[in-house]
Amino acid sequence: MAYAAVNHPRVSVLSTSSQSSLDHPSPTPSSTRFSLSSAPSINTLNSANRPTGVRPNIYERNLNKTRFAEVSLSSFAFLFSELVQYTQKRVNGINDLERRLNTLGYRVGTRVLELLFWRTESTSKAPKREIKLVPALMVIHTQVWKAIFSKPADAIEKSVENADEYMIIDNDPPIERYISVPRDMSQLSCSSFTAGIVEAVLDGLGFPARVTAHNTPTAQYPSRITILIKLEKSVLEREELLKT
Amino acid sequence: MPIFGLWVINKAGGLVYQRNFADGLAQLTSNEYLVLAGTLHGIHAITSRLSPIGSSSGAQVIEGETFKLTILLTATGTKFVLLASVTETSAELILQKVYEIYADFVMKNPFHTPEMPVRSEGFDQRITTLMGSFQS
Repeated sequence: MAYAAVNHPRVSVLSTSSQSSLDHPSPTPSSTRFSLSSAPSINTLNSANRPTGVRPNIYERNLNKTRFAEVSLSSFAFLFSELVQYTQKRVNGINDLERRLNTLGYRVGTRVLELLFWRTESTSKAPKREIKLVPALMVIHTQVWKAIFSKPADAIEKSVENADEYMIIDNDPPIERYISVPRDMSQLSCSSFTAGIVEAVLDGLGFPARVTAHNTPTAQYPSRITILIKLEKSVLEREELLKT
Repeated sequence: MPIFGLWVINKAGGLVYQRNFADGLAQLTSNEYLVLAGTLHGIHAITSRLSPIGSSSGAQVIEGETFKLTILLTATGTKFVLLASVTETSAELILQKVYEIYADFVMKNPFHTPEMPVRSEGFDQRITTLMGSFQS
């Protein structure tokens, strides 16, 4: 409740601005929300582009505006670093750490899916949801990756040995760019976070799966990762039914 | 114009990173490096109080007959020290770049403990590349 007491000056600007009433259909921009908007804006690029220097509360901003909505990689790297350190203090062993990162990613993934569909399908004339596995994986490979990392993933592969396994490959995952895993933890892949996001998106689309991340470095791409998707049996059975 | 070595000294005067890039320096044990770094930290503290007109940033360059020692002091008290030949002109620039790499690959690495020795493959690699580009 500490933030509720901070009565920030931006709300009044927001409610009198004619443009904001168009942007924000909510009737009253409430000042009693748990808002952090009185904190200085992290995105310097954006504020530099606005001569007034006034930005609406993050909850009041238009969800569909994606221009200049990127977060600085540095800020994210610091946040993610703290996140890994926080998690590491509370676990025993690498598997546990990966599982926790996966859980955190899952929570991001559910929101990513919602936001992504809000942005892409709400303006589309024929909104649709993927019900087949391969197109759904393509959505993750391209749209989800672009929404999160501003670039598509590098490949999708199907496992030769197991019919229920698919892989998404990223040659240079941005979230691991500044991370050097110590030698005694070499199996650890911080992209378990990304795996969690993928798991949530697949779950949300109706393809329950177990998703894990693995380091698969090559000479050319030392930080290459593989996101391994192990689908539940029900998904494959449904795929069979959809074929006919 | 060879670059001999690079040190990173934390704000308490401890040596957290040390690497040699060219022959020409005396071979020292890691303990001797620690002592030298501590001494330099002390000297730097003294030089920063020598100025008769208010505060000073402390020693920035110490030059000898055969080598030049350039110090970059960051806002947080970390010192980057470059040992190079007297004729090396880009020492400041190199130190700035080292600082940048340090900020990226050490400070943003969740497996680094602040003020502790730097063990980061990414940092090692980038420093090697950087020094390679200036040595040639």
